[in-house]
Amino acid sequence: MKSTPPQPAAASAAAVTNAIELADVTFGYNRRQPVLKGITMTIPRGKVVAIMGGSGCGKTTILRLIGGQLRQQSGNVRVGGQSVRDLTRDQLFALRRRIGMLFQFGALFTDMTVFENVAFPMREHTDLADSLIRDLVLMKLQAVGLRGAAQFKPSELSGGMARRVALARAVALDPMLVMYDEPFAGLDPISLGIVGQLIRKLNDALGITSVVVTHDVYESLKIVDYLYFVSAGRIIAQGTPDEVRNSADPFVRQFVDGDPDGPVAFHYPARPYAEDLTARAR
Amino acid sequence: MRRIGAGAINAIARCGFAARFFVAVLYHSPSAFHRLQLTAREIYFAGVLSLVVIMVSGLFVGMVLGLQGYDSLNKYGAGDSLGIFVGLSLVRELGPVVAGLLFASRAGSAITAEIGLMKTTEQLSAMEMMAVDPLARIVAPRFWGGVIAMPLLAALFSVMGVFGAYLVGVRLIGVDNGTFWGNMQAGIDFWPDITNGIIKSVVFGVAVSLIAVFEGYDAKPTAEGVSAATTRTVVGGSLAILALDFVLTVFMFRGMANV
Repeated sequence: MKSTPPQPAAASAAAVTNAIELADVTFGYNRRQPVLKGITMTIPRGKVVAIMGGSGCGKTTILRLIGGQLRQQSGNVRVGGQSVRDLTRDQLFALRRRIGMLFQFGALFTDMTVFENVAFPMREHTDLADSLIRDLVLMKLQAVGLRGAAQFKPSELSGGMARRVALARAVALDPMLVMYDEPFAGLDPISLGIVGQLIRKLNDALGITSVVVTHDVYESLKIVDYLYFVSAGRIIAQGTPDEVRNSADPFVRQFVDGDPDGPVAFHYPARPYAEDLTARAR
Repeated sequence: MRRIGAGAINAIARCGFAARFFVAVLYHSPSAFHRLQLTAREIYFAGVLSLVVIMVSGLFVGMVLGLQGYDSLNKYGAGDSLGIFVGLSLVRELGPVVAGLLFASRAGSAITAEIGLMKTTEQLSAMEMMAVDPLARIVAPRFWGGVIAMPLLAALFSVMGVFGAYLVGVRLIGVDNGTFWGNMQAGIDFWPDITNGIIKSVVFGVAVSLIAVFEGYDAKPTAEGVSAATTRTVVGGSLAILALDFVLTVFMFRGMANV
C-alpha cells in the first residue's frame, strides 16, 4: 500500500504548501548503527499526519530532527521551507518559536503551576502585559477544558490532564506546527479520546499542521489525514486512514490487528533455542 | 590495557566537555543577572535553606574547638590564647572548608538532582523546543546562586564557630572574657586572614556549583543516572574542596611569608 500524500506539492512551491519535507534522511547516534535509513516524507500544511511504528523504530528521532535537536548525517530536513541543518542558532530558535511540541509525559515544569506553565512561552518570548497574558492563558486552558485547574501543580494532575495542559502550552504562541510525541501513551480510554479530539479540533481551529508520533492505531485512524509506517528506520507503508484499514500489506495488517508475530518478529534475533539450552547444560 | 586507554580517553573528553560547559555557563551568565529574580530564588534554595545545617554545624565545631583547644593550649600555659586559636582556625581553614563540604552535600546534591530530574522528565528538552536555552534559564542562575551563597554561608559558619568557642571557653571553662575577645581582635587581620578565607570560600563556591550543575546537566536520563550524578557531585565536590584548599593555602602561605 502506498498512496500519494494529500495535496502533494510541486518542487517549486514546496515551501508554500508543505510544512515539513524530509528527503532521503539518514541518521544514527553512531556511524555503525543508523536509526533512520533514507527516510522521505512530506507533510502538507494544515494536515494531521501520524508517524507510526513499534518502539525504538526511530519515530521520535524524526521529531527531534524536525525540531533541530538532532542533525541528520545525510539528506535534507526542511521545515516551513527552511533547511533545518543550515540554520544558525538564532535562526533555529526563531523557527522553534513557530513550533509547539507535546512530549510523551507532558514535560511540564514541576516547580510551576498549570497557569505558569502555559504562560511560560509567552513570558519568555513576548512583552505582553500580565493582564493580557492572563487572559490568553485562560483562553488556552479553556480550549483544553482545564481553566478550573489553573492553580494546580503538575503533581496534582492526572496523566490525561497533564497531557492537556502540555497541549495548551504547546499552542500558547499560536505555532504553525505542533508535534506530538506519543500523546496517547498511558491514558485511560476517556482521556485518550479527549486528547485525540483536541489534537484534531485545535489543528482545524488554529489552522496549524500536526505531526503525531504514536503506536495507537485505533485512535490515530479516527483523527489523522495520512499515516506513515516506520520500521527499522525505513518507511515501509503509507496511506490515508481508509487505505490503511483496507491494506493487505503484511506489516500494516500486523500493526492494525495487533498480531504478536509477523513481519515484526516476536523473538529478538538469537542463536537457535536448542543450542542455547544445550550450551547451558554443558 | 584497552579498557584503561578507553577510560583515560573518556575522562579527558569529559574534562573537555566540562571546560566547554563552564565557558558556555559564563557566556550565558549575563541573563542570570539581567533576570535577577531567577538568581535570587537560587540563592534562597542554596543559601537560606542551608542555614540550619551550616549554623548548627558551625556552633558544634566551635564548641569542640573550644574544648580541645583549651585543653592543648593550657598544657603550655597558653589557655588565654583560646580566642586567637579558634578565630584563626575558623576564618582561615575550618570555616571555608567545612562549610564547603556541607554546601556540597546539601545544596550541591540538590542542584544536581533537580537538573538531572528535569532532564529525565524532558523538561530541558521542552525548554529547548520552546526556544529557551536551558543554560541561560536553568543552569546559569543555579551556578551563580551557589557562588554567591557559599561565601555567606562560610562567614556564618565562622561566626557560629566563634560563638560556640566563646560559650565553652568563657562561659563554661572560665577563660577571661576580655582576654578571649582582645586576643582574637589583636591576632586576626582583615588582610590576609579574613580576605584569604573569603577567597577560599569563593573558589570553593565556584568549584562546587560548577560540578553540581555540570553533573546534573550531563546525567544519564534515568533514575540510576541521576543517583550516580548526585553521588559524583558530593564526592567530586568534596575532593575538589580539599585539593583546592591545599593549593590555595600553599600560595597564601608563600604570600604571608613574603609579607
